[in-house]
Amino acid sequence: MAPELKLSELAIGASAVVRAYPKSGEAFLRLREMGVLPGTTVTLVRTAPLGDPLEIKVRGYHLTLRRSEAAHVVVEPAQTAG
Amino acid sequence: MSAPGQPAGPSRTPVYALVGNPNCGKSTLFNALTGLKQKVGNYPGVTVEKKIGTAYSQHGLPLTVIDLPGTYSLAARSPDEAVTRDVLLGRRADTPQPDRILCIVDATNLERNLYLVHQILDLGRPVILVLNMMDLAARSGMEVRVGRLEHALGIPVIACEAVNGKGLIELKLAMSRPDLPLSRHAWDIPAAIAPAVTELQASLAAGEGKSPLIARAEALLLLTDQDSVRVAGSTPLNARTTEILRSWQERWAGQEIDWAGILVGSRYDAIGVLAANAVQAGPPAGRTTSDKIDAVVTHPVWGWLILIAVMTLIFLSIFTLAEYPMDWIGAQIAALTRGVKDVMPAGDLRDLVTDGAIAGVGTIVTFLPQILILFFFIGLLENTGYMARAAFIMDRLMSRVGLNGKAFIPLLSSYACAIPGIMATRTIEDPKDRLTTILVAPLMSCSARLPVYLLMIAALVPGDRVPLPTKVGLMLLMYALGTFGAFGFAWLFKRTLLKGAPPLMIMELPPYRLPGLKDVVLHMIQRAGLFLKRAGTVILGISIILWFLTTYPKGPGGVVSIDHSFAGAAGHAIEPLIKPIGFDWRIGIGLISSFAAREVFVSSTAVVFSVQNFNADDAHADLTPLREALRNAHWPDGRALFTPLVCLSLMIYYVFAMQCMSTIAVVRRETNSWKWPIFQTLYMTGTAWVLSFIVYQAGRGLGF
Ligand SMILES: Nc1nc2c(ncn2[C@@H]2O[C@H](COP(=O)(O)OP(=O)(O)OP(=O)(O)O)[C@@H](O)[C@H]2O)c(=O)[nH]1
Repeated sequence: MAPELKLSELAIGASAVVRAYPKSGEAFLRLREMGVLPGTTVTLVRTAPLGDPLEIKVRGYHLTLRRSEAAHVVVEPAQTAG
Repeated sequence: MSAPGQPAGPSRTPVYALVGNPNCGKSTLFNALTGLKQKVGNYPGVTVEKKIGTAYSQHGLPLTVIDLPGTYSLAARSPDEAVTRDVLLGRRADTPQPDRILCIVDATNLERNLYLVHQILDLGRPVILVLNMMDLAARSGMEVRVGRLEHALGIPVIACEAVNGKGLIELKLAMSRPDLPLSRHAWDIPAAIAPAVTELQASLAAGEGKSPLIARAEALLLLTDQDSVRVAGSTPLNARTTEILRSWQERWAGQEIDWAGILVGSRYDAIGVLAANAVQAGPPAGRTTSDKIDAVVTHPVWGWLILIAVMTLIFLSIFTLAEYPMDWIGAQIAALTRGVKDVMPAGDLRDLVTDGAIAGVGTIVTFLPQILILFFFIGLLENTGYMARAAFIMDRLMSRVGLNGKAFIPLLSSYACAIPGIMATRTIEDPKDRLTTILVAPLMSCSARLPVYLLMIAALVPGDRVPLPTKVGLMLLMYALGTFGAFGFAWLFKRTLLKGAPPLMIMELPPYRLPGLKDVVLHMIQRAGLFLKRAGTVILGISIILWFLTTYPKGPGGVVSIDHSFAGAAGHAIEPLIKPIGFDWRIGIGLISSFAAREVFVSSTAVVFSVQNFNADDAHADLTPLREALRNAHWPDGRALFTPLVCLSLMIYYVFAMQCMSTIAVVRRETNSWKWPIFQTLYMTGTAWVLSFIVYQAGRGLGF
């Protein structure tokens, strides 16, 4: 099994599968409804010029979130280099 | 109300609600369906735009279409989304519950878009699904099988390209059908939460007399709608339902059951099956055009340069392009005034018309070109997708003061005029963030302050001996003061009054799109119409009142004399208050009269200091005679009135003071209470006084 990382620690361009996810919190409910769920594959596209927020690709569209939120999402990097 | 699926009786026009995710082309479809037959207003009590239009069926019968605010989910996070939810659930007394629902989705992004559709199917109303952006789906090599989706859902599914009107006929045909099937999409509520849903449903049905399906849909929503954003006009939940909800949530929390996650997850599972069946993904897309554009637009170096270039372009356009229509309008107003003077006999009535009404209208319409250009660019930024990028780039900086990136464009717009800026804060979801942005937006130096700064700089550094850079530097200093002030106060408010969780920055970055010019122009006209309605009426009213206050009572011999008027008396009355910051009663009159619009200070100063033949409507009016008059103004004890120090103090006062009645009126509308505009006026004007006091007294102390 691949090591688990935080979404915020993912390298730019890397893909990963979401594993663990905080249960409560406004931000995470919203992220869920936007389709970021345990089992979903996400790709870190880039960070904003000042390093925050992050831009991820999920279910074929682009979404931004802050580092502070991404730091709570545990992901498992995809095996094959994406 | 007609039963679902039944044709509405001939006596009543069927009501369609148009719903969809933001950016799926909803406005474009609404415009295509209704043409110019739309009415833009507000939902009473909330400042959410209410757009209602009329479309015609194949048989020429009118159909009412309500364009609801875009949302990703029925679980509302903002007042806009709460309105969408409440209208669909029939909770708003001011809006008829829609008979049928038009769900519009972006075909290139079916999974996420179907989440909202999935929630809407629960409502048990007839739904027509519109697959928009089929051209983009085809271009990316995707194949969306409309027939399969139609079969799986059991409702009409229409492929469409809203920008070029494709699919519109098919859509109208479907809308004209007398009978529409209800969806047969079966979805089982996950077992872990099913008992709670049943219980909540029963309570909602019994306690509030809701139909079983609506009650079920509401019960499901309550599980993900944690704060239950309530807005004016929504009916509150009854106590029993609230109690049931609370006890279930406690039980689940104890058992570590992630109820919201289970619910959302099971919807996405069902959607996954639907999408896998209906969509044949194209070849793995390499870098799309959007990706390529973004690589430059959000680049650490190019991104900033582009942002600066775009903003510079907008402001250059506002200040240069607007000048021509503004001059032209100024000339027309002057001609109109002369015309009235020629035909009407001299007297108070004529003065009321020329100096009150026409002057007031003149103030409003001279602002209009700038406002139109600003709204045009805001619409363009929104529709192309650049707006979201600007927010993405600026978020880090804005978060320093506790705001999020979405506050950037509203604050920037406020450099032209705070009113469009405040109106643009609607995209900010969090109510506290939005309020903070509204509270500080008028600190950005708007274009109405410019004439005041120019006059004061002319009086402060007279003649040509002073190098231009000094003047420019002073001007920049004023803009900087306002900007730092705005960020400082935002920081302060977010830490004290409007303390809350740090704002979220969960935002979609939509693909770049070529905007439909027609839609942008229509948007601009509608926004400008709202501006005229909100600000225009206030400015006109204030202008007439000010005319009255500066005319009556008349001086000796029945001559109009500002010294003897109510305004003069008011100026005298506030003199003790403003003397510590270096102003006399005549400047006081200027302060009072510039409540209509700050720039009125210039023309009223001309009147007070009796400058003959000064035409403030002429943008290129020579300030020299006015400057001379100011230089010759003295206190009764012979000291010069407009010392450089006083000019500086006055400029600082104008940077901070809330000197704009129309902004106050708009803030009142947008916050739906008098509390915030009053607070805003007090804090801004208070700060202005204190800072002017410090500068003036310190300057005096240093011997200036
Ligand atoms: N290529 C293509 N572009 C479209 C289509 N429909 C809309 N657009 C474009 O997509 C952009 C967004 O459209 P809008 O109508 O503003 O979207 P909206 O859903 O109202 O978005 P919000 O106003 O943010 O809620 C605009 O630039 C449209 O011109 C379509 O069928 N094909």
